[in-house]
Amino acid sequence: MYGLFLRHFYLITRSFPRVLDLVYWPTIQITLWGFISNFFATHTTYYNNAVGVILTCAILYDFLFRTSIGFNMLFLEEIWSRNFTNLFIAPMKIGEILTSLVATALIRALIGLIPAVLLTSPLFGISILDLGIFLFFLFLSLYLFGITLGILVSAGLLRYGPSFENIAWSTMFLLAPFGCIYYPIEILPEVFQKIAYVLPLVYIFEEARNILINQTVDIQNIYYAFMWNGVYFVLSIALFYYSFNVAKNKGTLINMGE
Amino acid sequence: MKNLVEVKNIKKNYGKNEAVKGISFKIKEDEIIGLLGPNGSGKTTTIGMLLGLLKPTSGEILINGQKLEGNRIEILEQINFISPYIELPKKLTVKQNLTVYGKLYKINHINERIEFLSEKLRLEDLLNSITGELSSGQKNRVSLAKALINEPKVLLLDEPTASLDPEVGDFVRSFLEDYKKEKKISILLASHNMNEVTRLCKSILMMKDGIIIDEGNPKELINKHGRKNLEEVFLKLSRSKNELN
Repeated sequence: MYGLFLRHFYLITRSFPRVLDLVYWPTIQITLWGFISNFFATHTTYYNNAVGVILTCAILYDFLFRTSIGFNMLFLEEIWSRNFTNLFIAPMKIGEILTSLVATALIRALIGLIPAVLLTSPLFGISILDLGIFLFFLFLSLYLFGITLGILVSAGLLRYGPSFENIAWSTMFLLAPFGCIYYPIEILPEVFQKIAYVLPLVYIFEEARNILINQTVDIQNIYYAFMWNGVYFVLSIALFYYSFNVAKNKGTLINMGE
Repeated sequence: MKNLVEVKNIKKNYGKNEAVKGISFKIKEDEIIGLLGPNGSGKTTTIGMLLGLLKPTSGEILINGQKLEGNRIEILEQINFISPYIELPKKLTVKQNLTVYGKLYKINHINERIEFLSEKLRLEDLLNSITGELSSGQKNRVSLAKALINEPKVLLLDEPTASLDPEVGDFVRSFLEDYKKEKKISILLASHNMNEVTRLCKSILMMKDGIIIDEGNPKELINKHGRKNLEEVFLKLSRSKNELN
């Protein structure tokens, strides 16, 4: 019995990502739900006239989650199936690998999204299409950010190897409190607000609520979302190329297959 | 005969650790060279550099006359690799896997190529089987088909017959001999199976601690070191201090 305990104890103490994993989830869950509870306790009438805002935001967030995780999954699948080396010795440019993963991740996300969108109407009498033409821009912005996170995590996998996998699962949850998915940015402490303002998420969800609750469109929110998306997307591509070169120097690409 | 592989004084350092300390060798077309050495001698690092997965700290690699540095994609079109540590996606059928790699290597007539390879490697009845459900011998032949999908000029083999039964092992060795002769390709074979190396390789590079400590024809090496077989030569050199002959 003690031997089995030791087997897992050694594993945890020898791997920082595992320790981080243990601490990370409760912290994030408490932070996120703390802000949500705080918001509902102080703004009880905020959602009164807009039934379905929460559900709409949940669907939008899920699309982001699916896109990002979908991208990571494509990369992780190659590691788990020990096919990674085969892929990287095929005559494909890094840009070609990224493009094919980006396109596949979109298809995966849409396969998951379409049934959810279709089900909300008969089950809850709510249609996400109420967001109108701007729904397209919000989805496009979320897709870009999801892909960007996916590329950043894949860069980490290239650089640090499979031990980076835990981070792959948790990036979305780390950003959730800052994304202001279910509450306006004002509910965050000032320091967190500063972080939130340099993320595209806050503009996307702010605008979704704005359209549904106030029936108006603030183009500036959409503009800022795309602007920050552009910045992070370019950075993520640059980081991926950098990580590929580091992996070539450190030998991670070889060890990944073993 | 033309040199398809030219390795010129390549070194690879991981921080302060010198994994490969400046090795040079050539492989001509229609030639199989054995790369031998104990674990940690630098074989995998050398193969990694030849595949473009690792950047040499210094030195130069030429494949078919082209420098690897700066021509990675063009060179990867001409080489391929097998290792027991690398597998194909398990959930796909054999044909799906070969089709995927046919596409990645931009093969024009994929179905004809798959048909040709499946006939040569006795895979006809396995094409619609799930790759993960195959025996290790069958998986090995599928990996070999994948490695030949692009008609490589240079084939890198890391333990190609590890964990295979003698019959399948013999089939793979015979196939490699015939294929090499027919297509005039170069093969670099890393193996711990000394019988296999003796049978297939025209010449051997013996590595230890990141350098080539001896090289030559298997029979010459056996005579030179006064041993009965290559395994004994391997043991002698592995246990000796590093001395260039």
